[in-house]
Amino acid sequence: MSGQVRIDGLVKRFGDNTVLAGIDLALEPGERVAIIGPSGTGKSTLLRCLNFLDRPDAGRIAIGDLSVDAARATKADVLALRRRTGFVFQNYALFANKTARQNLMEGLTTVRGWSRQDAAAKADDILRQIGLGDRGDSYPAAMSGGQQQRVGIGRAMALDAELMLFDEPTSALDPEWVGEVLDLIRRIADGNQTMLIVTHEMQFAREIADRVIFMEGGRIVEQGPPSQLFGNAQDDRTRAFLRRVG
Amino acid sequence: MRALDLGYMWDLVPVIAGYVPLTLFMAIVSMLAALVLASLLAIVRVQRLPVIDRVVALFISFFRGTPLLVQLFLFYFGLPQVLPALEGINGVSAAIFGLTLHFSAYMAESIRGAIIGVDRSQWEAAQSIGMTQSQLLRRIILPQATRTVAPTLMNYFIDMIKGTSLAFTLGVTEMMGAAQKEAAGSFLYLEAYLIVAIFYWVIVEALSVGQRALEARLGKAVAR
Repeated sequence: MSGQVRIDGLVKRFGDNTVLAGIDLALEPGERVAIIGPSGTGKSTLLRCLNFLDRPDAGRIAIGDLSVDAARATKADVLALRRRTGFVFQNYALFANKTARQNLMEGLTTVRGWSRQDAAAKADDILRQIGLGDRGDSYPAAMSGGQQQRVGIGRAMALDAELMLFDEPTSALDPEWVGEVLDLIRRIADGNQTMLIVTHEMQFAREIADRVIFMEGGRIVEQGPPSQLFGNAQDDRTRAFLRRVG
Repeated sequence: MRALDLGYMWDLVPVIAGYVPLTLFMAIVSMLAALVLASLLAIVRVQRLPVIDRVVALFISFFRGTPLLVQLFLFYFGLPQVLPALEGINGVSAAIFGLTLHFSAYMAESIRGAIIGVDRSQWEAAQSIGMTQSQLLRRIILPQATRTVAPTLMNYFIDMIKGTSLAFTLGVTEMMGAAQKEAAGSFLYLEAYLIVAIFYWVIVEALSVGQRALEARLGKAVAR
């Protein structure tokens, strides 16, 4: 399901503020990459630009055989890119007017044109995988934060995206719900899913990622396998950050 | 001081009741047309479509800024003098036309407010799974905005039902027009206008029951 992901020279500015100052990054199929770094350093913006929730000013994004020039992206390019990525939001962002099952079905029926019957069957299958087989008819407002985030992840899973983007998926959760969400992401990672995870959970990043990236000031400062980055960081800024959070 | 002529009032009940269907017809047709028009106007304003957004803003400003009665007279008596196509327009059509435009201006602003009020994350979640702008409006945003705006729209519908009484100034014999005619013949103004007031009141109260049921249904998604 996964193709190679290549990001070249990605730039994003908000007014005079350059938030992404030319990001180059490639992910092999099935690779799990965690992004860490101080707040306000462009980690979430990078993910949002890959999904065009924020429109990049320059650069190129390629997923599998689809390659999009950010500055010239048409509506069709943007839709095509979004249909190859699954996005998991920090605040879950479940469709409030739809049940858990309908949240999972929506992309399949409306975007992919599946029949309701097929979409419901797939949604129920995923609900079972994420441990919510009995909550298909529940509305988001009736679910705990952990359950909502699991549905949020299930919604991204339903689309069989080539690249899954996790934007601080546990930051908004009460501590009691963090474990169940991390467990689910671990299981998805075991399924050879290419994923890019922005996280403040250092232990989780160390455990799940094939590669960890440290970002600061809109740039990738340092990257490497978790053992190297956490155990033997080369850059002073990385070491200072790890000391602060460690 | 004379006593109310209750017998006369009772006799008027079937007379006024005979005009209830016309009042409801004008109100329902105007409401449905205004809903469609207001939704389109609201979407234009939310999307800030160039040029057309300005035109819509002017439309809303005019129809909110002038009295309904003035607008009805403009459509019925004024415009046919310069637009031959409108010559011979009947009072019912003119009333429906006027009510639709007048209330669509108010409703557009309420719907726009409800659309803007839907949390930004709902737009982004819909975009993130690849929905087009029309898909996300239709499937995610408008249903949620509807829940917010439904009580306001019901209030406009109630206002619209009462607003149909102005059609009698265009020569339409609806509930108010019938009461006016009866009163002019009997000189029992109090009885005639009181009975028509009770008719409007009962209709509005019946609608309020429906409004509560509708709100309960729409509120299902946010109930724990």
